[in-house]
Amino acid sequence: MKKLSALPKPAKILIWFLIALFAYALPLLELPILSTPDSDFASVLFTVSIYCLVALGLNIVVGYAGLLDLGYVGFYAIGAYTVAILTSFHGSWPLLLAIPVAVVVAMISGVILGAPTLRVRGDYLAIVTLGFGEIIRLVAVNTEWLGGNKGINNIGRPPNLGDEKTGLFEVPHLFWGDGTVLLDNKDTTKFLIFGYSDAVPYYWMGLTAVVLVLLADILIKNSRVGRAWEATREDEDAAELMGVPTFKFKLLAFSTGAFVGGLAGALFASRQSFINPQSFLLLFSILYLAAVVVGGQGNRWGVLLGAFLVAYLPERFRGFEDFRVLAFGLALVLLATLRPEGLLPPRRTVRAKQLEHELDELEEGAEPDHDGEETARA
Amino acid sequence: MTACGTTDDKEAGGDGACDLKLAFFGPETGDAAGLGKPIIQGAQLAVNQYNDDAECDVELEKKDSQGSPDAAPALATDVVSDDSIIGVVGPAFSGESAAAGPIFAEEGVPTITPSATNPTLADNGWDTFHRALGNDATQGPAAAKYIKDTIKAESVFVIDDASEYGAGLAGIVEKDLGDLVTGTDTIQQKQTDFSATVTKVNDAKPAAVFFGGYYAEATLLIGQLRDGGFDGTFIVADGVKDPAFLDAKAAAEGAIITCPCIPDTDPAVADFATAYEAEFGEAPGTYAAEAYDAANIFLAGIKDGVEDREAMLEFVNGYDEKGVTKQLKFDDKGEPADVHVYAYTVKDGAIVADGEIE
Amino acid sequence: MNLNFEFFFNNLPELTITGLAFGAIYALIALGYTMVYGVLQLINFAHSEVFMYGTFAMLWTIMALGAADANGVHLVAILIAALFAAMAMSAVIALGLERIAYRPLIKRNAPRLIALISAIGASFVLAELMGLRDKISGWFGLDDDLSDYVQKAKINNSMAGVLEKPRFEIAGVSISSIDVIVIVSAVAMMVLLDQFVRRSRLGKGIRATAQDPETASLMGVNPTRTIQMTFLIGGLMAGVAAFLYMLKLDATNYQVGFLLGVKAFTAAVLGGIGNLRGALLGGLVLGVAENWGQAILGSEWRDVIAFVLLVLILLVRPTGLLGESLGKARA
Repeated sequence: MKKLSALPKPAKILIWFLIALFAYALPLLELPILSTPDSDFASVLFTVSIYCLVALGLNIVVGYAGLLDLGYVGFYAIGAYTVAILTSFHGSWPLLLAIPVAVVVAMISGVILGAPTLRVRGDYLAIVTLGFGEIIRLVAVNTEWLGGNKGINNIGRPPNLGDEKTGLFEVPHLFWGDGTVLLDNKDTTKFLIFGYSDAVPYYWMGLTAVVLVLLADILIKNSRVGRAWEATREDEDAAELMGVPTFKFKLLAFSTGAFVGGLAGALFASRQSFINPQSFLLLFSILYLAAVVVGGQGNRWGVLLGAFLVAYLPERFRGFEDFRVLAFGLALVLLATLRPEGLLPPRRTVRAKQLEHELDELEEGAEPDHDGEETARA
Repeated sequence: MTACGTTDDKEAGGDGACDLKLAFFGPETGDAAGLGKPIIQGAQLAVNQYNDDAECDVELEKKDSQGSPDAAPALATDVVSDDSIIGVVGPAFSGESAAAGPIFAEEGVPTITPSATNPTLADNGWDTFHRALGNDATQGPAAAKYIKDTIKAESVFVIDDASEYGAGLAGIVEKDLGDLVTGTDTIQQKQTDFSATVTKVNDAKPAAVFFGGYYAEATLLIGQLRDGGFDGTFIVADGVKDPAFLDAKAAAEGAIITCPCIPDTDPAVADFATAYEAEFGEAPGTYAAEAYDAANIFLAGIKDGVEDREAMLEFVNGYDEKGVTKQLKFDDKGEPADVHVYAYTVKDGAIVADGEIE
Repeated sequence: MNLNFEFFFNNLPELTITGLAFGAIYALIALGYTMVYGVLQLINFAHSEVFMYGTFAMLWTIMALGAADANGVHLVAILIAALFAAMAMSAVIALGLERIAYRPLIKRNAPRLIALISAIGASFVLAELMGLRDKISGWFGLDDDLSDYVQKAKINNSMAGVLEKPRFEIAGVSISSIDVIVIVSAVAMMVLLDQFVRRSRLGKGIRATAQDPETASLMGVNPTRTIQMTFLIGGLMAGVAAFLYMLKLDATNYQVGFLLGVKAFTAAVLGGIGNLRGALLGGLVLGVAENWGQAILGSEWRDVIAFVLLVLILLVRPTGLLGESLGKARA
C-alpha cells in the first residue's frame, strides 16, 4: 500500500487499470487453481461481485457509521422484489428502468426503518434490524401478490448488444492443457449477450457496479460526510457537541447502505431470472456481516477481500461436500481469534490504537521507552 | 476441447458408451438435506445396480444446491459445460427447478425431477423438463375425492406449511372440498410448536384434518393434535410418506397418506425396497423410489447405446416402461402421462397400502 | 387477511396457557443471552446450540435408559436423569464455548463485533457437528455401536410415545398437564436464579462485574471465574429449557436451535437485555403475544407478530420493558 502511494500518479493509474483489466478478464482466463472445479467459475464470480456490492454497502453502515445491522438482506430483498415485480410479475418494464426504481425503493425503506429505530442504542438496533429482515422475508412468503413461496420467474434481463447469435464479437476463453495454454475457440463469450447459460456478461455487469460504487465510496468517505460518520462512530456525544447532527448522518449512512443493498438485489434478481423468499434468509444477513467483519470493517479493500472469501471459498471447496459449513464456521472462529481486527484493518484503527496506547501510558505516568513513540507524540 | 478428451478416453477404455455421467441436482447439505438424502440414495442405488454388470461404470455426480435457488444457476451452468453429463436427476425442488430450468433447456440437457411438484414448471416450454411424479394438480383432486367418498368426512380442517408443495396441494384440496372445509390455517416450515393451530382445530371440531406439507412438520403436528384431543382422521400426501413419520408412534396410527406411487405389494417395488435397505441400512424415504425410477430411465438409455444429450432427450421422450412408482411415460410437456394415486394407511407402525383412489 | 376475533375471544384462556408454556421456554433460553450480555456486552450467538445439545442429551438418555417400556417411579427416575443429562450437556457446551470462542478474544480486548463473528462461527460448527454425527462416528467405526444415536442425523429425532400427556378441564377450559409443568418449573427456576444472583457471593460478583469489571476485580472478584460462572448458569438454564421443550414437543433436530435462539434473544431484548426478570417477562409476553396474534391473523404470521411487537416496544420503551442492566438491577 505504502509503496503504491509513493508512485507517481500516471504509474498509479496504470497499475489500477491493469488490476481492473485483470478483474474483468478473470472468467476468461480460467486459471487452473483459482477456478472452481465443481461449479461454474463465471457464475461464482458473479456471486462474488454481488457479495462485494453488499459488503461495500454494509461497510458504510457497520464500518463507517458503526451501526450494527443484522437485517441487511431485507434491503437486498426489496431491491430484488421490486425488479421482479416491475419486469415480470405485475408489469413488463425494461430492466434498466426498473433498477433505478428498485434502488430508490430500497433507499426509502431504509429511511422508513431508520427514522424511528436509529434512536435506540446500538445492540437494540441489531435485533430490530434482524426483525426487519425476517419481516420482509415472511411477508414475501405469506403474500400472494408477491408470489409467496412459489416465487417469481422470468425476471427481466439486461438488453443485448448486437446480434442474438454472435453478439458484437466473440471472446474466446483460455484452455489450460498440460503445460500449454490455448485459446479455446469452442468456448466463447458473446459480447454482449445476456443469455441463461453464460454468466460472464452478468459478471461484467456486477463488476462494473462494484467499481462505480467503490469510486462513490472513496469520494464520500473523504468528504465532510465521511468525517462526520467517523466522528459519530468514535464518540457520538462529542460529535453532537461539535455540531455534527449525528442522527441525520446515521440516517444518511443507513439509507446509503440500503441503496447499495437494493442495487445488489436488483442485479441478483436479473441474473437469477427467478427469485423466491429462500434467497433472503436471515443466514445471508449473517454471512454479509461476516464478510465485512472478517475483511476488516471500515476498510473498503478489506471488506472486498472478506466478501471474496465468504462467497468464493465455499464454492471453491465444494469437494468437501458435507463439511463445507463446518469448515466455514471453523474458519470464522480461527480468523476471529487470530486476526481480531479483520484481515485488513482500516488505517484509522492503527492510528487510533497508537493514540489509545499513548493515553494509557500518560495515565499510568510511565516513561515512554521507545523512540518511535516519542516522535509520534511530537 | 472436452469432446477430444472423451474420444481419447474411449479408445483407452475400448468400449461403447464409457465415461458417461449422470448428475443429481438438489440438496445434499443444508436445511433440506433430510429431503435430499433419500433422493440421492435412490439414484445411487440405480447407478450401483447398473454398474454391477455393466462393462463401464456410470458415475453419479452430486451437485449440491442446498435446496436453494441461489446456487442453482452456477451449478446448472457447470453441469451443462461438462459434456459427459447426459442426464440430470433433479432439480429436487420447484424453486431451484425454476432457476436452473432455462439453462438446461438452452443447452439441451434432459432432466427428470423426482420431487418438484409445482404444476407451472411444465408450462415454461422447456423441452428438457420431465417429471417422474404427479404434480399437485393430479394429487390434490384424488386426495379430496378420498376424503369425500371413502372417509366420508363431513367437516375437514385444511392446514398447509406455506411451502410451494404444501400450499399448492392444500389449496387444490380446499377448493375441491368446497363447503366441507370448516377452517384453514397455515404454519411455517421449521416451526416446532403448533399450539395455536391445535386450538383452532379443537375449536372447529372437524371430522378430519388435511395437512399439505412434509413429514418433518407432519410428525410434530399430528403428535400435538392428538395430545390436544383431536381424534378424527389425519390425511397427508406423498411428502409425508417417509419412515420418519412413523416416529410419531401412536399418534400416527390411522393416518391416511395419498401418494402417486405403486404399493410394495407389487414384486418390483418390494425388490426395490429390499435392495435399498440392504444398501443403505434404512427403509426408502420420501421420493427415493421416484429418484430410482428417474435414474433408471437414463441408465436404460445408456444401455441402449445413447452417448449424447440429444439422443438421450429423444430416448427419454419416447420411453414407456414400468417403473417402481408408475408406468414411466411422459407427455409432450414432460409430465408423467399415466398417474394413479393410491391411498396408504399407517397401521401398527407401518405404512400399508389401501388400494388405488379411482 | 381476515381477522378472526370471535375465535380469539372464545378460546382466550387456552391460547394464553399454551402461549405461556412456550414463552416460559423462550424465557429460560433468554436467560443465557441476557446474562452473558449483561457481563460481557456480547451477543452470545451460539447459545442456541447450547440449548440444542441439551435436547439431544435428554433424548439420548431417555433412549439409553429404555424409557419407552418404563412407567411409574421408574419413568420418573429416568426423567430426572434426563434432566440432569440435559443440564450437564448444555453446561459443558456453554463452558467450552467460553473457553474456545470467547476467552482468547476477551483477553486480547478484541472489538465486540469480532466476538459476534466468533460466536456465529462456533454456532455453525456446533450445529454441523450434530448434523454430521453419522459421518463423524463412521470415521471412528462407531456407527454400528451407536447406530440408535447417530442415525437420522439430519432429520427429526423423536421420543414420541414415551410420555402420556393427560389433559384436565377447569371451568370448561381444557389444559395439558405438560403445559402446567412447563410453566411452573420454568418460573420456579427463574425465581431461584433471581434469588441466587441477588444473595449469593457469586451472584454479587456477577453483578459487580456487570456494573464495572475493573473495580470489581480490584475488590477481589476474579473476572475470568465470574465470566465462567455466567456461561455456566446460562448453560444450566438452557439445559432445563431443553428438558421442558422435549417434554412438550417430543422431537428435536440439529437445526432446532436457530429459530428458538432468535426468538429467545428477541425475548431478552423485549424485557430489557441484561435484566433477569426482564428475560422472564419478555419470554412470557412474547409467547402469549405470538399465540394471540396467530389466533387473530393466522399462524403464518407468527414470526412477523413477534418482530413487530419487538419494534413497537422498543420505539415506546427504548430499553425494553424492564430496561435495567444486570449490574444496576436492585433485584
